[in-house]
Amino acid sequence: MVPLSWYLVLAALLFSIGIYGVLARANAIGILMALELMLNGVILNIVAFWRYRGPTQVSGQMFAIIVFAVAAAEAAVGLALIISIYRRRGTVVAEDVSLLKW
Amino acid sequence: MSAQQIVFLVTAGVIVISAALVVTVRNLIHASLWLVITLFAVAAIYVQLEADFLAVVQVILYIGAISILIIFSVMLTRRVMADTGPQRIPQWPLAAVLALLVFGGLAYLLVQVPWPLAPNVDVSDTVLALGEAFVDPNRYVIPFEVATVLLLVALVGSISLALPERESD
Amino acid sequence: MNASALTVWLIPVPPLLSAAVILLFTFRSRWLSHTVALTAIGISLVLGWSVVFGALGTPHFADHPLASSIDWLPTGNTALRMGVAVDPLTVVMLFFVPLACALIILYSVGYSNFGKALDAHDAVGSPPHNGVEPMYTRFFAFLSLFSGAMLLLVVADNLLLLFFGWEIMGLCSYLLIGFWHGRNYADPHQTTPRQAAVKAFLTTRLADVVMLLGIAYLYSETGTLNFREIFFNPELMEKLLATPSYISGLAAAHLIGLLLFSGTVGKSAQFPLHTWLPDAMEGPTPVSAMIHAAAMVSAGVYMVIRVFPLLAAGAAHGGSPVLAVMTVVGSFTALFAATIAVAQNDVKKVLAYSTISQLGFMITALGIGAYIAAAFHLMTHAFFKALLFLGSGSIIHGMEHGAHHTHEHIDPQDMRNMGGLAARMPVTYMTFLIGGLSLAGFPFVTAGFWSKDEILADALAHGHTTVLVVLLLAAFLTAFYTMRQISLTFWGAPRTESAAHAHESAWTMTLPLVVLAFFAVTAGYVGVHHEFPVLGHLLGENPFEHFLMGSLPAELDGFSFSWTPVMLSVFVGLGGLLAGWLVYGRRPLGAGAADPVQVALGPVHTLLGNKYYLDEFYQAAFVGPAKWISAVFVSRIVDRGIIDGLLHSLARLALGIGSGTVLFEKWGVNYVPDQLADGVQATGDRSRFVQTGQVQTYLLGVVVAVLAMTAALLIAAR
Repeated sequence: MVPLSWYLVLAALLFSIGIYGVLARANAIGILMALELMLNGVILNIVAFWRYRGPTQVSGQMFAIIVFAVAAAEAAVGLALIISIYRRRGTVVAEDVSLLKW
Repeated sequence: MSAQQIVFLVTAGVIVISAALVVTVRNLIHASLWLVITLFAVAAIYVQLEADFLAVVQVILYIGAISILIIFSVMLTRRVMADTGPQRIPQWPLAAVLALLVFGGLAYLLVQVPWPLAPNVDVSDTVLALGEAFVDPNRYVIPFEVATVLLLVALVGSISLALPERESD
Repeated sequence: MNASALTVWLIPVPPLLSAAVILLFTFRSRWLSHTVALTAIGISLVLGWSVVFGALGTPHFADHPLASSIDWLPTGNTALRMGVAVDPLTVVMLFFVPLACALIILYSVGYSNFGKALDAHDAVGSPPHNGVEPMYTRFFAFLSLFSGAMLLLVVADNLLLLFFGWEIMGLCSYLLIGFWHGRNYADPHQTTPRQAAVKAFLTTRLADVVMLLGIAYLYSETGTLNFREIFFNPELMEKLLATPSYISGLAAAHLIGLLLFSGTVGKSAQFPLHTWLPDAMEGPTPVSAMIHAAAMVSAGVYMVIRVFPLLAAGAAHGGSPVLAVMTVVGSFTALFAATIAVAQNDVKKVLAYSTISQLGFMITALGIGAYIAAAFHLMTHAFFKALLFLGSGSIIHGMEHGAHHTHEHIDPQDMRNMGGLAARMPVTYMTFLIGGLSLAGFPFVTAGFWSKDEILADALAHGHTTVLVVLLLAAFLTAFYTMRQISLTFWGAPRTESAAHAHESAWTMTLPLVVLAFFAVTAGYVGVHHEFPVLGHLLGENPFEHFLMGSLPAELDGFSFSWTPVMLSVFVGLGGLLAGWLVYGRRPLGAGAADPVQVALGPVHTLLGNKYYLDEFYQAAFVGPAKWISAVFVSRIVDRGIIDGLLHSLARLALGIGSGTVLFEKWGVNYVPDQLADGVQATGDRSRFVQTGQVQTYLLGVVVAVLAMTAALLIAAR
C-alpha cells in the first residue's frame, strides 16, 4: 500500500509547480494552464484524504466534484476574458495589461 | 517495494516531469499537450486511489473539455504571440524561489502531521453513493443546484465576454 | 414535512419571486408589473393568514409550534440548518406584516400616478410632477423584494436565516430611500435622497457587523443558531451564563446579547444610531410606511423579542446588564425623539421622530421584561403608523396637486403651508385623525391607548418609577405633537393657494387608509387586561397575552389590574391632546405666523428643530475624519505609490532644515541635508513603482504574505 504522505507530497509538488507557472509565465493562457495544475494538486489532495481518512463517506469525492465544476467555470470565463482582451488590445501577455498602475 | 508503490512512483514521475514542462516550454501548443499528459497521469492516480468516477470525470472534463478549450485559445491568439517573445517574465527566479518555499512548507506540514487513518475498506461502489447523495434533499442537492447555476452563469458570462462588440455601440 | 409546515416555507416565496419576475420579464408593462406584485403579496397574505387562523384554532399552540428545517450547508460532521418555525410571536407578525405590505403596495399604485401619461418633464430618478412615475415597475419590484425579505425574517427559525432577511431589507432600504437618486436641492445643506440612502445603509451596516459578530459568537459557543434549540435548552442557557466572555465581569450570554442588541439599535433607529431614519424620509412615502411600520424597524424589535431569553438570562438572580442597557437606551430615545418631533415642520419628519420615540417605548418595555407588551405595541404601532404615513403621503399628494395647479413654488411637505385640508380631503382627514388619536393614546377607544397603557402598567407594577415618569413625559409630548400636526394640517383656513386647491386622492390610496384605520382602532381590543372592569371580560380575558404566553421560555410574572396606570395614561393622553389643541387648534395659525411654541421656547426650539445638532456632531466627529482619511491619506498617499506624498513632504521638510542650516553654517553641514532631501525624493519616486499594475507582481506579494503568515502561525503554535 502506498503511504498517504506520498500522495500529499505529490499534490504539494503539483501545486507548487502551478504556482511557479502562474508567477513566471508571460502568456496569459500559460498562466491559466498553470492554474489548472494548481487546481489538480488541490483535488488530488482532497481525493487522497478521502481515500485514507473517510472512504465510507462520500463528502470527500463530493468536494472534489464541486471543485471540478468550479474549475470548468473558471477556465471558461478566464479564456473568454483572454480572448476579449486579445481582441481589444491585440496581446495576451499579462505584463502588457497593466492599465491600473501609478 | 510493492508493485503498487512502483506504479505510483512511475505515474508521479510522469506527472512531475510533464507538469514542469507545462510551465517551462516555450511553445504554448507543446505546453498544452504536456498539460494533457499531466492530466492523464493524474487520472491514473485517481484510479490508484479507487476513485473511478473522478478518474472518468478528469478525462472527460479536463482533457476532453478544458484542454481542448485551451488549445483553441492558444490557436486563436497565436498570430501576435508567435513564439518569438520571451515566455518568462523577468521576475521568474523569484517565482521559482517562492514556489520552492511553498513546496517546502506544504510538504513539511503534510508529512509531519500524524494523520489518523481510517481502516482500509473496500470502496468499489462509490458511484451509486455519489449519485444518491447528490439528489438527497438532506445532503447535497443544494450545493449541486448551486454548482449548476454557477456553470450556467459561467456559460452565459463567457459567451457575452467573448462576443465581438456590436457595431452600433 | 406536513402540509402546514410547507405553507410556512411558501409564505416569503411569492414576493421574492415576483421581484425577479418584474425585473426580468414584465418591466415593460406597468399594469402587469403591479398586478404581479399585488398577486404575489396577496398569495403571501392568504398563506400567512391560513397559518395564523390555523394557529389561533389550536389549543396550547405555544407548546407545539410548527417547525421544519433542512440541512443547508453540511460542514463535515455538523451542518448549518435552515428552517422555518411558527410560534405565537410569529403568528402575531404574520397577522400584520403581509396585510400592511399588501396595503402599501396597493397604495403605491395610486401614489405613483398610475393611469396618467408619462410627463415629458419627468426624468428618471426624480419624483414625478404630474405624470406617472418614470421608474414605475422598478418601484414595485423593490417593494416586493422588501416584503419578501421581511416575511423571510419573520418565519425564520434561526438567526442566520433571519440575518439573510435582515440584510436583504438593508439593501432594499438603500435602493428605495435613494429611489429618486437624481433629485437635487437648491439648499446644499438639505439632505438629498442619495445621501440619505448612503447614510441609512452605512449606519445600519455598522450595527449589522456588530450583530454578525454576536451571531458568530453565539454559534461558536452553542454550535447552533436555532432559536428553540438554544432558548428552550436550560442547560445550554446555564452554560452560556456561566461562561465568562472576553470582557471580564460579563457572561458570554450578556456579551452576545449586547452584540445582538446593537443590530437592533441600528435597524430600529435607537439613540445614538437613529439619525438615518429621519433622513430616510427622502424616499417615496410608501417606502417610509414600509420602513417605519411594516418592516425594517419592526424587524429590529422583533429580533430582540426573539432572542429575549438570552438578553434576560440571569435576570431572576442579580439582573441582566443587557436589560438595563435596553431600558436606558429605550426610555432615553423615547423622550429624546419626542422632544425633537415637537419642533419639526415637515409632516413626514414629525412622524419619523414619533416612530423613533415609539420604538423607544418598545425597547423600554423589553428592558423591563414586558415582552408581551412590547409585541402588543409593535402590532398596534404597525397599524397606526402605517396609516399615518400613508395618510401623510396622501396629504403631500394633494398638496402637490394643488401646487401643480396653482404653479406655486412651495414645499408640499411643510405643515406651515397647509391648513384647512379637512374639507378638501375628507377620507384622508378622518383616517389620519383616527391614526393620530391612536398614536396619542386617546383613551379606551384606540389601539394605541391599550398597548401604551400596558407598557406603563408594566413599568409601574415592576417598580420602575423613573422609567414610568420618563415614558409618561414622552407620551404627553406624543399627544401634544400629534394634535399640533392635525391642527396645522387639517384645521383652520388654508395658508397657501396650494392647500386651497388640494383634492382627495384616488381610491387605491384611500382604501388602504380605511382598512388600516379599522385596525388602528380594533387591534387594541385583543390585549385589554383581563381584570379590566366589564371590557376585560367582554373582550375575552386578554386573548393576546393568553396566546403569546409561553412562546418564550422566559416566564413573565403577571400583575393584577390597577387603576393608577390607566388613569395616568388617560391623563397624559388627554392632557397632551388638550394642550396641543389650546396652542394650535383653538386659534389656527395664520399664514406666515410664527409657531407659538417657537416663540415661547426661543433658542431651545432652535436646538430641537436642529435635532440637538447630532447630525452636525456626527458629521464633524466621524464623517469628516473618514472623508479626510480617504481623500488625503488613501487617495493621495497610498494610490500614488504608498509613500510618495509622505516622502515628498519629508523631503520638503529636510530641504527646509537644510536651508536653515545653510544660513547657520555654509560649509560642512549643508551638504548632508541636500543629499538627504534628494535621496528621500528619489526613494519616493522609485517606490511608487510598487504599483506596477501587473497581476503577477501582486500575486508574488500574495504568496510572500501567505508564506509569512503560515510561518508566523507555525512559530506561534510551537
